[in-house]
Amino acid sequence: MADAAIIPDEAEVRARWGAFAWTEENERKAKEVLARYPKGREQSGSIPLLDLAQRQVGAETQTQGWLPVPVIEYVARYIGVPYMRVYEVATFYTMFNLAPVGRYHVQVCGTTPCMLRGSDDVFAACKNKGLIKGKTTPDGLFTLTEVECMGNCASAPMVQVNDDNYEDLDYDRTVAILEALERGETPKPGTQEPGRHTVEPKGGATSLTAMVAENHDYRGEWGNTAQGADA
Amino acid sequence: MPKVKVDGIEVEVPAGATVLQACEAAGKEIPRFCYHERLSIAGNCRMCLVEVKPGPPKPQASCALPAAENQEIFTNTPMVKHAREGIMEFLLINHPLDCPICDQGGECDLQDQSVAYGRGHSRFAENKRAVTEKYMGPIVKTVMTRCIQCTRCIRFAEEVAGVEEIGAIYRGENMQITSYLEEAVTSELSGNVVDLCPVGALTSKPYAFEARPWELKKTLSIDVMDAVGTNIRLDSRGRQVLRCVPRVNDDVNEEWASDKTRHAVDGLVRRRLDRPYVRRDGKLVATTWDEAFAAIAAVDHGGSIAAVAGDLVDCETMFAAKALLKEFGSTLLEGRQTGMDYDTSSLAAVNFNTTIAGTENADAILLVGTNLRWEAPLVNTRIRKAIKKGAKVFAVGPETDLTYKVEWLGADLSVLNALPDAVTEAFGKAERPMVIVGGGALKGAHGAALALVDTLGLVKDAASTGSGQGWNGFNVVHMAASRMGGLMLGYAQKAGISALHDAKLTFFLGADECDFAAFGGFKVYVGHHGDKGAHHADVILPGASYAEKSGTWVNLEGRVQRGERAVFPPGDAREDWTIFRALSERMGKTLAFDTLGELRAAMALDCADLAEPGLVTFPWSAPSLASTAEGVMQGYPIKDFYLTNAICRASPTMQRCSAELLHGETFAEAAE
Amino acid sequence: MSLLDKDRIFTNLYGYQSWRLDAAMARGDWDNTKALLELGQDKIIDVIKASGLRGRGGAGFPTGTKWSFMPKEPKPDRPNFLVINADESEPGSCKDREIIRHDPHKLIEGALVAGFAMRARAAYIYIRGEYIREAETLFAAVAEAYDKGLVGKNACGSGYDFDVFVHRGAGAYICGEETAMLESLEGKKGQPRLKPPFPAGAGLYGCPTTVNNVESIAVAPTILRRGAEWFSSFGAENNRGTKLFQISGHVNTPCVVEEAMSIPFRELIEKHCGGIRGGWDNLLAVIPGGSSVPLVPAKDIIDAPMDFDGLKAVGSGLGTAAIIVMDKSTDVVRAIARLSYFYKHESCGQCTPCREGTGWMWRVMERLRTGDADISEIDMLQQVTKQVEGHSICALGDAAAWPIQGLIRHFRPELERRITERGGDLSPMQEAAE
Repeated sequence: MADAAIIPDEAEVRARWGAFAWTEENERKAKEVLARYPKGREQSGSIPLLDLAQRQVGAETQTQGWLPVPVIEYVARYIGVPYMRVYEVATFYTMFNLAPVGRYHVQVCGTTPCMLRGSDDVFAACKNKGLIKGKTTPDGLFTLTEVECMGNCASAPMVQVNDDNYEDLDYDRTVAILEALERGETPKPGTQEPGRHTVEPKGGATSLTAMVAENHDYRGEWGNTAQGADA
Repeated sequence: MPKVKVDGIEVEVPAGATVLQACEAAGKEIPRFCYHERLSIAGNCRMCLVEVKPGPPKPQASCALPAAENQEIFTNTPMVKHAREGIMEFLLINHPLDCPICDQGGECDLQDQSVAYGRGHSRFAENKRAVTEKYMGPIVKTVMTRCIQCTRCIRFAEEVAGVEEIGAIYRGENMQITSYLEEAVTSELSGNVVDLCPVGALTSKPYAFEARPWELKKTLSIDVMDAVGTNIRLDSRGRQVLRCVPRVNDDVNEEWASDKTRHAVDGLVRRRLDRPYVRRDGKLVATTWDEAFAAIAAVDHGGSIAAVAGDLVDCETMFAAKALLKEFGSTLLEGRQTGMDYDTSSLAAVNFNTTIAGTENADAILLVGTNLRWEAPLVNTRIRKAIKKGAKVFAVGPETDLTYKVEWLGADLSVLNALPDAVTEAFGKAERPMVIVGGGALKGAHGAALALVDTLGLVKDAASTGSGQGWNGFNVVHMAASRMGGLMLGYAQKAGISALHDAKLTFFLGADECDFAAFGGFKVYVGHHGDKGAHHADVILPGASYAEKSGTWVNLEGRVQRGERAVFPPGDAREDWTIFRALSERMGKTLAFDTLGELRAAMALDCADLAEPGLVTFPWSAPSLASTAEGVMQGYPIKDFYLTNAICRASPTMQRCSAELLHGETFAEAAE
Repeated sequence: MSLLDKDRIFTNLYGYQSWRLDAAMARGDWDNTKALLELGQDKIIDVIKASGLRGRGGAGFPTGTKWSFMPKEPKPDRPNFLVINADESEPGSCKDREIIRHDPHKLIEGALVAGFAMRARAAYIYIRGEYIREAETLFAAVAEAYDKGLVGKNACGSGYDFDVFVHRGAGAYICGEETAMLESLEGKKGQPRLKPPFPAGAGLYGCPTTVNNVESIAVAPTILRRGAEWFSSFGAENNRGTKLFQISGHVNTPCVVEEAMSIPFRELIEKHCGGIRGGWDNLLAVIPGGSSVPLVPAKDIIDAPMDFDGLKAVGSGLGTAAIIVMDKSTDVVRAIARLSYFYKHESCGQCTPCREGTGWMWRVMERLRTGDADISEIDMLQQVTKQVEGHSICALGDAAAWPIQGLIRHFRPELERRITERGGDLSPMQEAAE
């Protein structure tokens, strides 16, 4: 099974994407990216620029975007690095899509913390909505991927759809989100647990309660412990 | 100079040495797959684990760990044994164990080391990983399921060949070695990855399923495909050379060989001249040695005899021809078939004086009209090493990809008359400057390049370098294996080959590149392939290729090297010097040597430098030549790297390389 | 002693208030940072050392000591770099995300203070690619700090020039390993480097580099403001300070919370997580430090102090303090097998034991999950984990081995039960290997 997705490199991909170039907006962003790294270290920009390119492809195709080979080559030329090196990077990191995906890339976390909190139900909801792991729905709307821990463990289970996370899911909430997306709505990201703000314990914070209502400054309660600065 | 103890044996190793090297110094064999002396350290196979004190309580990869004073290293403790056996098991679980059908069998590192560290049975009850083959070009055959991901091939392509077209895509257990988009690797050195591959993942495509290593007779020889003089081993079975692999010689080829060196050998059994021919009624017809000799003896030459040395011939052949001509009072000898007439009064002025190995130490390099990547690929790799150490490279000539960064100064040679400031500045700071003049520029710029010796300070004596050794940074790159030997034997006329055109009888010693129409007299071709020279001959005397004779060759740096005979020439063909010996008798001037030993003794009297193998140092002197360079270079002398001589033109592998890599043809079976 | 809100560092942990600069300043961030810098590099390092702060990324190396490894006089062509590890990908860990999206200025101020202390020219914050919105916040927060002159040329008016750059990853757990992170920052595949050389000698772009976890850096300014003694007044000897605990799994109210180090497990759960789902008798086991540490059975964990030494004593580790709680309804074999899949998925593929071992271990685990194995394969699996452990280039091999070792140590009867119930010596099914 050492052969993952075959990279499409047919003539049609070249024909479609061979003339890829940054949009004006992205050209500015690309320059901004490269400005972060010392001169002569343009290779450092490979990951951010591949991401930018994938987003531009996404914008052009009304999907999350993917990386056709000519686009990878464009990025490689842009930073002056051999194609192979950038291609390796594109295949190494999971966020780069090497084949087209749907408008919504539904990435369900299946790792243990989410699994313990019911990610099986999330997958079941996806399945019953017609989403198949690793595939795009026929209407081109959803691509389902099982991903590894997304760092939302205290509000598990979760799904990342394109750029937004939906947390504290169960079967019904997952269905609701998918259906909202289908209708072209953008559901409110973050926790889906009514009454929960972020990652405080459900039912109300057990600490830092003063922060709920106001931007509390605790410094007045510190006492005289300052060592260096005159706090 | 840290002192370390390996299994109780105290050894002192040079500063910067690794623990692995220390172990070797102590005579301990350390198993390894990814580590290779000439590549960067990857440390990924984990086979070379040893126990080191002081250090963490786990085994360390000895290939990557610097040896430190008072280290205690253990190579045979239970911890080490457990670690290595574990690694070996991991390497084998997904390895197909298809040794009976694997070309690496018998010379496989994994096979060898599994004898020592394998457990004898498999505990792996799952399915093995299968990986599809990757196309890498006409030279390298891949069976990627066998790959153990040591990354030697990636490192070679990047570091030595300078062609970053091999990489590892995906990750984890799905990591796969591949060429970029499975296109052919566009390197002249791609065949080396076959030698580097410790398993049978990368094997030689032309040699696939030809032979087992233990069936082969191994003969030490010298390559003639270019003037580098790559040290090779010819592996033969019966009368056929089946493969050619490089030998280690740090002064010449390190342990690399170009694809042409390796794979032109299948041209040795095609288009061969295996019996004498004479031209009758305008047509060449097969004949006997006797009749062929008779036809030559019948030529009324009156002492007007000439010999043209081809690019591949050995010194013995050239000397035998020279000796025959001398009997008739002729010295009409020339080897520069294409009409070059550069000054040869000082051989140092046409030699690669810095030496091939010395090139690595240069800190400023000016290439004048040379596409080194094709003219001498293994000199080119040395320049890459010099660049890694900080050298700056400028070049005059048409722009081409030399695999490294070059500051191009244009194709007009006259730039040498007044070098740009960037060049003079870089050379002003350089301690070991080098100028390398290619054959394509000798005509227009030999004098100007020699003038740079003074202006750029290319030649320094030991006192001024301060290193105890002098430095000679003036270099000429030759492309013919026979060139330096020929020049030493006097195969050069002031006017070049045109001085020979009027000879009544001309011997072409494997010469296929000259303008035959310009020769008016009787033409005798002594050689091994039915190429251009044979087509124009009046008499063909079938000779021996480099694999079929013991010969002496002098490489471009003046290194005298000898190769041995691997196989016998086909049919009636004979070793060339014996042909001249026999012919001399028929022509009434019997040569005074009956054995190869006697010939070499006579040759040593003629040219003392050829007496023994070794590097000849030509004392520096420069002829006074017009020092103005002129002419715009339209291209480099070599138009097709893979088809430069009669042997490779007869080689199906080289023809395919040329068609596919240089002319963009695709081959149907490519996808296999 | 219980931690009071006034002693919590991350006061906006839950994001009830704005993360923006003005709000952060109102909470006390960027409060005369110049004065902190005026302590001088050596003094800052001394305070951090004295505070007892140990690295919050998992390994627990003393932070001040790490900073002190950096060259005191960097050469102009080889500047020092600070790299901040925000590649939070360890299953169970979700604390850096809260810092970045709710309290980013604590991190940026910490970057300046720490970078100054180690004489770095710039800090790169490497944030995992999946934290998309979080990265947007961080970019904006950094821009705010630049606008106000808090970082950049003459940062905070201190006369010290210091840049803070944000670099997004693109999905690779291994980039949390410090040298893999440097490779990734250089635009390559995230494959760990061989050590030596260590990053402090040759790190990012070959320059001296220190890699620190987000939390380690973000707590530094508060430690400097309140003093080493304040910080070290929390937690047991050698395990000082406050810590963000992340509790997931089968508790009633999973959450992220800042507590004092060494807080007993039971107290932590009772206080913030509403107890174990189904009561304490329903607790099966706990993975106390993120997926890379062995699980601890209920009886051992309940009274264990949640710190480096306390968890080491029960055969596990604090790691990132990501506590994964499993009650008795858990298919514990599946839970660990899923982690094995995670490590197989995230192995970079560079070195042999990890590349080959993680796949093998996962496949055997999958068969053990269904009982489709032979009893002897439990021992074999244990041996395979031992063949991986300690033999790989980085710690991912160890991390893949330990959860399985923990499972075999504590749940061997369960493994054997499944095999026997299925029929014991059935030969393994072949579809196991994809």
